[in-house]
Amino acid sequence: MAMKPRPGVEATQTKGFLRAHKWLILRRLSQFGILGLFLLGPLAGLWIVKGNLAYSETLEVLPLTDPHVLLQAVLAGVVPHLDALIGVAIVVLVYLLVGGRVYCSWVCPVNLITDLACCTRRMLDIRSSTQISRSARYWMLGVTLVLPLVTGSIVWELVNPVSMMFRGIVFGLGMAWMILLGIFLFDVFVSKEGWCGRICPVGAFYGLLGRVSLLRVVASKRDQCDDCMDCFEVCPEQQVIRPALKGADKGIGPVITAGECTNCGRCIDVCAEDVFQFGSRFSKEDANNSEGKTHIEKGDKPFSDAA
Amino acid sequence: MADSTKGKGKGVSRRQFMGNLLRTACGMGLMGLGLGLYSKQASSLPALAIRPPGALPEDEFLGACIRCGLCVRDCPYDILKLGQLGDEVVAGTPYFTARTGPCEMCEDIPCIPACPTNALDHNLTDINDARMGLAVVIDQETCIAFLGLRCEVCFNVCPIRGKAITLNYEHNVRSGKHARFLPVVHSEACTGCGLCEKACILEETAIRILPTHLAKGVLGKHYRVGWEEKEKAGRALVAPDMKHRYNLPEGVQYDLQGKGLIMDSGNTDDVPISSNPLDTLNRGFGDQ
Repeated sequence: MAMKPRPGVEATQTKGFLRAHKWLILRRLSQFGILGLFLLGPLAGLWIVKGNLAYSETLEVLPLTDPHVLLQAVLAGVVPHLDALIGVAIVVLVYLLVGGRVYCSWVCPVNLITDLACCTRRMLDIRSSTQISRSARYWMLGVTLVLPLVTGSIVWELVNPVSMMFRGIVFGLGMAWMILLGIFLFDVFVSKEGWCGRICPVGAFYGLLGRVSLLRVVASKRDQCDDCMDCFEVCPEQQVIRPALKGADKGIGPVITAGECTNCGRCIDVCAEDVFQFGSRFSKEDANNSEGKTHIEKGDKPFSDAA
Repeated sequence: MADSTKGKGKGVSRRQFMGNLLRTACGMGLMGLGLGLYSKQASSLPALAIRPPGALPEDEFLGACIRCGLCVRDCPYDILKLGQLGDEVVAGTPYFTARTGPCEMCEDIPCIPACPTNALDHNLTDINDARMGLAVVIDQETCIAFLGLRCEVCFNVCPIRGKAITLNYEHNVRSGKHARFLPVVHSEACTGCGLCEKACILEETAIRILPTHLAKGVLGKHYRVGWEEKEKAGRALVAPDMKHRYNLPEGVQYDLQGKGLIMDSGNTDDVPISSNPLDTLNRGFGDQ
């Protein structure tokens, strides 16, 4: 376990700060920008966007609906209006294009908290983590969908920190900060990437979309990987990298296909060798004839299993 | 030999798999149970929080409202608030408090079309048909109309004036010479907007909007109000009205709520029964 204190140092040295933080900066701009758009109304009286992430209206014409919330409402017995359905269609379509969990890394405000927790964890060098399965979130997703069926009420929204934080910032937080603080402490002291990576059913829902979404991170120059481990260090879903990055000799393509990948692009940032880039689900390795190449690579570059 | 070890290894992993599965299932089951129970507890709306016009009955509302807050944004009077975690109102759901900000009963009801899920029923197009709650003159000990003073503020601010709240004139027994102008709420017209509660001049309001199910009594299903049935049918339904026959001495009639005792002799000043008991005892024998 070669633990460097700061992953991405090498990338900053070779590529410069901006290029080594490009996607991180863009992501923060997106997260704060979306919050800002929603806040322009209540704070400045500029009503470009109304509502919150559950449902919003942009410029009075564009409806956007959170599919997970609406699905719960439908399971509780609601027949939504056309606006809400159009909103769902648009949102699902967009995330099918840009990647399901782009919601998690580019939109969701809780990501700011869990990223901060991750950073804190790294700074305090906390290694211990309670073992919660990464698939627990799919069970959680199941629970959130069964509860409305049983109770006829959108139960998950009583405690959903994702909607609570965003709504809280736009409409008033109340005691929700306690839940958010809880998530931070949980991620720092209890479970590494515990909330976003193991429990959050909202992320799990978008993860399902991500299984078939178009835009993907591609390890297109995986033959240049020098095993520095920086991408594994920064990735909130490390397990998604290995097949694409190290699977050449098993005949696995370079595309990170796992739905759990949030398309945050941090691996692209921190890689000094520029192994990763955004591409499509159908991308091939940079050098043509990747099939043949894998056979050559097999002998050429034996990867240590310590990775 | 090799087979048995392989089988054994497989058995252990299946065991582990089942163990993990059960552990996760138990965890999720408990989580679900906890959330479900919490939802039952959290779903009781406090009496003073009023849902916007057209809101479905509370249990349906909590299944339909996706907590987007658009009704709050589209309320021109900014009376709607979203519940926050820690409030008694379910987090993210809209409500208003009549005493501080009542529903102004906009004719176009902008909060309703804003709702994407019909949690606010789009079939409600006439605000006068809204039933957000029911006004109740909740304290007759402090309502100054009941004390015998002229107030009538609730009656006058009522947007369905003269129908939702009427004034009942009553003799003031205390002073013996004045009338009391008592506000009476009629549930067939009251929308529960809360303008009366806002306007009540008391320090603590004597008229309150309550959830209809808390404010309304319900007659037994078998119960019929006789005079209404009679009016509907145009005649008495039970038995024809019969003139009551009083058991009175000869030559005397009784007119209820009218003249009272009537002497056949025509002289109403006559006492029908002599003060001398002997006269009664000897009645009928006088001629002999």
